[in-house]
Amino acid sequence: MSDNQGPLWEVFIQTKPGLPHKHAGSLHAYDADMALKNARDLYTRRAEGTAIWVVLSENIHAIQEEGNSDYFEPATDKIYRHPTFYELPEGIKHM
Amino acid sequence: MDNNLYKYVLRLADSSLILSHRLSEYCSKGPFLEEDLAISNVSLDLLGQAESLLIYAAEMNDDAPDADYLAFRRDEREFLNFQLCELENRDYAYIMARQLFIDVFNNLLYPELAKSKDERIAGIAAKSVKEVRYHLKRSSDWMKRLGLGTEESHNRIQEAINDLWVYTGEMFESRDIDKAMAEQGIGIEFSTLHAEWYKQVKDILAAGDLETPPLDSYYASGSWDGIHTENLGFLLTDMQFLPTKYPDATW
Repeated sequence: MSDNQGPLWEVFIQTKPGLPHKHAGSLHAYDADMALKNARDLYTRRAEGTAIWVVLSENIHAIQEEGNSDYFEPATDKIYRHPTFYELPEGIKHM
Repeated sequence: MDNNLYKYVLRLADSSLILSHRLSEYCSKGPFLEEDLAISNVSLDLLGQAESLLIYAAEMNDDAPDADYLAFRRDEREFLNFQLCELENRDYAYIMARQLFIDVFNNLLYPELAKSKDERIAGIAAKSVKEVRYHLKRSSDWMKRLGLGTEESHNRIQEAINDLWVYTGEMFESRDIDKAMAEQGIGIEFSTLHAEWYKQVKDILAAGDLETPPLDSYYASGSWDGIHTENLGFLLTDMQFLPTKYPDATW
């Protein structure tokens, strides 16, 4: 296996038209075209998706809860921000 | 049994089967994980095509109980695959150059066969069209990448093209078999694809700044009569090992 595999890319797959693209995993490729081809071979060969996004991993800026309590914790004690008091009609799946 | 139809189907089936096996040998040895999986996918597509065609061939041949029999119980001289398909995986340049030559061929062949008056062939071909279109996207992409990459990659892919070229002419060798299939509207006469194949290969290679050897070069031949390079015997020994050693083994 070569070390020169190109940069890392993150892959997002849309399982059905209208649904959001979900993170599926990552891969190596030299450019976007190759990343899309590789994503097709790695993540959609069992008909998992109808659309693919790829983005260079270095272009994703992230933050997580650990060590950043000021970002995440204040949201947990404000239950009025959660629409849990509404009754959803039957048949609504993607709320 | 329509002997022409049987041999025509076998020629296509064997070419897919043997190339599929060659590519499967490369599984876990690809230059990197992503490419390893991609080339194994191509191998599986080809295996699927081979299986469909071999099932059809076995139905025609009273001496062959099933497709496995044709794949695993025939000897070297009974295989009708193009010699190009059996050549060893020398390196990735050789693998992709071989693949390009076959992919362009398949992309000319299968859309025509999808119009066949033989429903079985038309069905198998229609299913294969999309698969081989994707294969060609990959292999032509690699010609550009290797051709325009480094001096080393350029030289190695050019060397592979030049070395394998002598095996390409045979794909377009026509016999009474394919002529008869064309007359009956079942198949296509292989020689009629040569000019267009050459044009497309030349365009793809030119995009990678690569030279295409001349159309009318000398070519190796013999597989219509079951004559093969020294590679096929070794490949079959490997591929047929299990059914040969344990003839009636089941899962």
